Amino acid sequence: MSDLPEQAQQETAEAVEPPQAGTRFSVGIDLGTTHCVLSYADLDRIDDEEFSPQVMAIPQLTSPGSVEEKLQLPSFLYQAHQAELAADSTSLPWAAKPNYLVGEIARNLGSKTPIRLVSSAKSWLCHTGVDCKAAILPAEAPDEVERVSPFQATTAYLQHLRDAWQSQHPNAPLERQDVVITVPASFDPAARELTVEAARAVGLGQAILLEEPQAALYSWIEKSRGDWRKHAEVGDIILVVDIGGGTTDLSLIAVTEKDGNLELTRVAVGDHILLGGDNMDLALAYTVKAKLEKDGKRLEAWQLQALTHSCRDAKEKLFNHSELDNIPLVVASRGSSLIGGTLRSELTREEVNRVLVEGFLPKVAVSDRPVSRPRTGLRSAGLPYAQDAGITRHLAAFLAKQQGATDELKDINLPEHASFLHPTAVLFNGGVLKAGTLADRLMDVLNSWLRAEQAPEARLLTGADLDLAVARGAAYYGYVRKGKGVRIKGGTAASYYVGIESAMPAVPGLAPEIQALCIAPFGMEEGTQQELPDDEFGLVIGEPVRFRFFASNTRREDKVGTRLDYWTNGELEELDEIEITLPEEGRRPGEVVPVHLCAAVTEVGTLELQAVSQKDQGRWKIEFDVRAGD
Amino acid sequence: MNTFAIDLSLKPTTFDLWHVCLAGTVVLLSLILILLLLVMLIGRARCKKKSAMQPAEPAVKIVEKIVEVEKLVQAPVPEPVVLKEATSDAALQLLGLLQKEARFIDFIKEDIAVFSDADIGVAARVVHEGCNKAINEHFTLAAVRSEQEGSKITLPEGFDAATVRLTGNIVGTAPFSGTLVHKGWQVTNIRLPKLTSGHNAAIVAPAEVEL
Repeated sequence: MSDLPEQAQQETAEAVEPPQAGTRFSVGIDLGTTHCVLSYADLDRIDDEEFSPQVMAIPQLTSPGSVEEKLQLPSFLYQAHQAELAADSTSLPWAAKPNYLVGEIARNLGSKTPIRLVSSAKSWLCHTGVDCKAAILPAEAPDEVERVSPFQATTAYLQHLRDAWQSQHPNAPLERQDVVITVPASFDPAARELTVEAARAVGLGQAILLEEPQAALYSWIEKSRGDWRKHAEVGDIILVVDIGGGTTDLSLIAVTEKDGNLELTRVAVGDHILLGGDNMDLALAYTVKAKLEKDGKRLEAWQLQALTHSCRDAKEKLFNHSELDNIPLVVASRGSSLIGGTLRSELTREEVNRVLVEGFLPKVAVSDRPVSRPRTGLRSAGLPYAQDAGITRHLAAFLAKQQGATDELKDINLPEHASFLHPTAVLFNGGVLKAGTLADRLMDVLNSWLRAEQAPEARLLTGADLDLAVARGAAYYGYVRKGKGVRIKGGTAASYYVGIESAMPAVPGLAPEIQALCIAPFGMEEGTQQELPDDEFGLVIGEPVRFRFFASNTRREDKVGTRLDYWTNGELEELDEIEITLPEEGRRPGEVVPVHLCAAVTEVGTLELQAVSQKDQGRWKIEFDVRAGD
Repeated sequence: MNTFAIDLSLKPTTFDLWHVCLAGTVVLLSLILILLLLVMLIGRARCKKKSAMQPAEPAVKIVEKIVEVEKLVQAPVPEPVVLKEATSDAALQLLGLLQKEARFIDFIKEDIAVFSDADIGVAARVVHEGCNKAINEHFTLAAVRSEQEGSKITLPEGFDAATVRLTGNIVGTAPFSGTLVHKGWQVTNIRLPKLTSGHNAAIVAPAEVEL
């Protein structure tokens, strides 16, 4: 009964205003590599300084036949064999037979049958050289296993979250709420576009994107309850280090002043580094495996898997209890006899320190760089995992590369002799950094670099919940977008270029020597667009035309139309090609139409490239996701 | 011609054949009539007897039913019938969880007499760790009394005998003063998994076949 007036209200509001009206919740979705989290806050009930987002308990199958509510939805998808599961043992509160098995059950079943498990779909989304809409996962599966595309997997996680929300808030459909989805700052335009498309596929066309490190900072601001102004000052450079289960993401945010108010500007983002907590657990498991093999014990694949699990638990115990020196590790036999076939070993503090602290966070000089060996032989169809596990080396490379990131900000002055950008504050995010030992080591290394250049030590910004901060921050961003609280200025995280051989016409199969033509500058804000009217391209009607596409996260001064004849190694990164096909409607096939390019950053946060014909003002979208790799 | 004329002034002078027949018929009919009347009378008398008995029977039954209803009202406890069914599922579920996380059934069902303490100790770690995880995940446990075990506490009048058990020298009246031997445990929150219709709770661990 009570829904009726409300629904009527919503409908009338909709008739007068755009569909956004009637929104009641700000919903933040952290679409992580290993876990998804949904956080929300009631927008009607917030007083100005009181914002208390809640994290939704997500009902999910944990094993066949049992449904549990958990705060995190593991980002895994399991392609079960038709004979594998009993009938009616996969129903969810909202669906008798869901299309895909996702969440805890997928991870559990997949741990014993890895050939049917889809994991890290998110990392595939920004994997250059792969068609993300082609059914390619699980990559190692035998032919008869039905595959899904990274895009479909992402859609399945969003679908689960949406259905879970709908079943708990039947009167507030998610498509009518303010939805913010987080993506890594290092996501390229194509990966961002795919994320938005996945959201659209489950009816969340209104969802907007937010970079994860920014979300973490928003969460910190929100948690400080207005106190953040006391902890941050003009001239601060905040380094956000986000080490998650599968990826490491780095961002720099500068604190400046405008009209007496503090302003936050995201000035730089790092590369997408496929290195995280899972690598650490695996490294420990291999250490223990080597120890067992020295005693003549052979480990099977399932034992290594179980060992990885117990290493994760043991690692956490060693980090949390400084009085412990070793933790016994036990891998139980698979049969019903528990006592006989049990494998026993132990993990010592010394091993954890050697493998994790020294292996992943070595004490290096700021001049050190990640080692990259040439890949041996054919690169298999796997993910491009980071070759150097030294996170501190990646950090050193990032800070040195971004030395000029704050040149244009007058509030920030870097000393003359600086060889890298000096952060003054650090914000941590991601489950790995919950371990005090690792967090301390990271601060130690950073501060040793700063001391070497007579710079003040960076301080740690505390108070954020490292597991749930991104989702909470995303929900807070919905509130910030209503004009409350401080907003981080960001814009595009890179400048973008197309490769051209000569002025016209652009043809596929370009020779290696090319010029890079800037079509979108660094830091383009949401809702703006820039046109490049002078450089006309000739496009052939009916034939797909491809451009080589580049991005740079260091060249901040390039304007639209800047042509680069030469660039240093690492300055420009080549992305997947972009493609445009001019439809034949009303034209003769084969005719050449002169067009110019137009770049726009949408309100959603994606980059949109268009070809515009000057003759008849026709506009055609240029597609990013042409990764079919031919 | 022999004709029959009706003359009512004539009187029979002798008993001819016709009149003998007539008189016989009259006697026969009246006998039958008397017989029928007798039969009806007897039948009615019997019916009366029956109908007098029939109303008496239901009256007795109603009395019996009332007694039954009274009995039901007097004993309001048999609701455990409903509870029992719920607990069997929940108990199986808990067993399943303990087996899944801690290999609980495997451990209990194994003959440990033939193994050394060291071997049992190794297995006990698996069980302890897993049980700890399963219990923490699905139950929130709190101590009933927050005081230190071994300390003196005083129980006021009207204390809840279900949460605190008195032992030893129980004499006198409240307030009682005594030593806290065990702080007690209470479950403050249960988060058991919900089950789908196709779930067979009796299978606490499915057999596993590797292909």
